[in-house]
Amino acid sequence: MAVDQAPAAGQPSDIHARQLAGLDALELGGGTSSGLASRLWGRTWPMLLAIAIVLAIWQGVVWSGRWPEYVFAGPAETLGTLGERLTDPEYWQAIAVTMRRAVTGFAIAVVVGLAVGAVVSRIKVLRAAFGSLITGLQTMPSIAWFPLAILLFGLTESAITFVVILGAAPSIANGLITGVDYTPPILLRASHVLGFRRLQLYRHVILPASLPSFLAGLKQGWAFAWRSLMAGELVVIIAHQSSLGERLYYDRELADSAGLLATMIIILVIGVGIDLLFETGDNALRRRWGLQQVRN
Amino acid sequence: MTAPLTERAARRAEGDEPAVRLDGVSKIYGQGKNGLLALDNISLSVAPGEFVSLLGASGCGKSTLLSLVAGLDSPTAGTLSVGGRKIAMMFQEPALFPWLTVSANVEMALRVQGVAKRERRQRAAEFLDIVHLGGFGAKRPHELSGGMRQRVSLARALAQEADVLLMDEPFGALDAMTRDLLHDELERIWQKRGLSVLFVTHNVREAVRLGDRVVLLSSRPGKVAEEFDVDIERPRVTDSPEVAELASAVTARLRQEVLRHGS
Ligand SMILES: Nc1ncnc2c1ncn2[C@@H]1O[C@H](COP(=O)(O)OP(=O)(O)OP(=O)(O)O)[C@@H](O)[C@H]1O
Ligand SMILES: [Mg+2]
Repeated sequence: MAVDQAPAAGQPSDIHARQLAGLDALELGGGTSSGLASRLWGRTWPMLLAIAIVLAIWQGVVWSGRWPEYVFAGPAETLGTLGERLTDPEYWQAIAVTMRRAVTGFAIAVVVGLAVGAVVSRIKVLRAAFGSLITGLQTMPSIAWFPLAILLFGLTESAITFVVILGAAPSIANGLITGVDYTPPILLRASHVLGFRRLQLYRHVILPASLPSFLAGLKQGWAFAWRSLMAGELVVIIAHQSSLGERLYYDRELADSAGLLATMIIILVIGVGIDLLFETGDNALRRRWGLQQVRN
Repeated sequence: MTAPLTERAARRAEGDEPAVRLDGVSKIYGQGKNGLLALDNISLSVAPGEFVSLLGASGCGKSTLLSLVAGLDSPTAGTLSVGGRKIAMMFQEPALFPWLTVSANVEMALRVQGVAKRERRQRAAEFLDIVHLGGFGAKRPHELSGGMRQRVSLARALAQEADVLLMDEPFGALDAMTRDLLHDELERIWQKRGLSVLFVTHNVREAVRLGDRVVLLSSRPGKVAEEFDVDIERPRVTDSPEVAELASAVTARLRQEVLRHGS
């Protein structure tokens, strides 16, 4: 395939355009996409399988007779109780209270984490002083905060929110700081040549570049917030305000094994569901950025 | 050892103040005993509107030299001046922002200048047209081939409307045919805009094909080994006998440089 392209006086740029277009078409190639239904099924069946295995083991333990059934309820009884509770408006009220606390606490944690992360990553001195402190805070078990929180706020919702924020904010701040630290140097150099400095550089380059890491921080922050909240609701029982943690507490007091397990299932499902939301966001971002080029 | 002064070189010598001027520039990476002398006493200038090709073995300090000129790093010794000119640079890798579309990547060059959004979009489209990527503005960098990314990078550098264009092996990863096409494009834009270009490459023919002058750097430390004036009528063709002849002379000199290190 000899291509002779002596650029004699003519219309070389027109020829270029066509040659380049031809080459580009070759380079790009066509994309393949599988059907939505099969993709959905591909993701669902492993989950169903996992659930089936867990149910089988659970039933196996119950049948083994290690505990009497009124202490450790089997799957059938638990699922029955779960169904009953889900038709009870009061139970839904408890779920709503818990979710309200989770959302409020997490939202405040995001604001706090963003602010702290932004300031600490921007200012070198603070970075040195607080960088490891923030990481240290992450390792602090949230239950250890409650005595202090109760001293400060009494047995109120503020005590719970306080601990939820302390649980989630360090992860969120850390996500942002890590993202800023690991902004690819080549992008910083390119931006410098383009003329980006200081705030403009931060806004248009560094912040967007740290988005994946920030999202990972959000996801981890959510997990911590949810754990702290459950711990808080078990410790700080507020009268006339039923919540999931409070239900768990009274189910144990009343030795209602099936009810207790049912509530645990609800807590698990909510936690996993919201984690899936973050996962979806993360995947969308990866697709947009082309970070997910290896199919496994 | 210097090349015989040609007519053009003589004109250059007495001509205007250079666009880029390096005077005894040295660059040491690291400190003290562990310091690495990357560039040693380099004196080099690029006249306004001149196209200078920079050749040299891998690791001889070409990228270092460009980062100094771009102001990304400062020389350890010597003076460097660009006379307040605006500088655009194309890096050895495309260095595109993965979260932005192709068009938005080009727009980043205009964003700093405070160009309004609508005009930004329109001008980015024009620059993408110049590199023949008109229809790809809405794509993301990772959806393009390596060569196309390089072209986006070129469009972004052009969009800066700078006076000096630094290019670090911009076409290194391209197939021969695309490279030829881009040579023609680059030459056209350079002539139309009167740019001063400092073009780094490993490819001797490419250096001769494009440059008014070819500067050969020696390795460890990087020094100017020799300069060749390229007196070949434009438009040039990479495969022409004139280009091939000078290229083989330059290659011979380059080989001599490399051999000096082998012994
Ligand atoms: N940031 C740095 N810190 C320390 N040493 C460096 C740094 N950058 C480059 N060097 C060293 O300086 C020398 C010149 O590097 P440079 O990247 O300029 O070479 P180059 O001519 O561009 O090579 P290539 O053709 O392979 O791109 C090399 O020996 C390299 O190891
Ligand atoms: Mg290099």
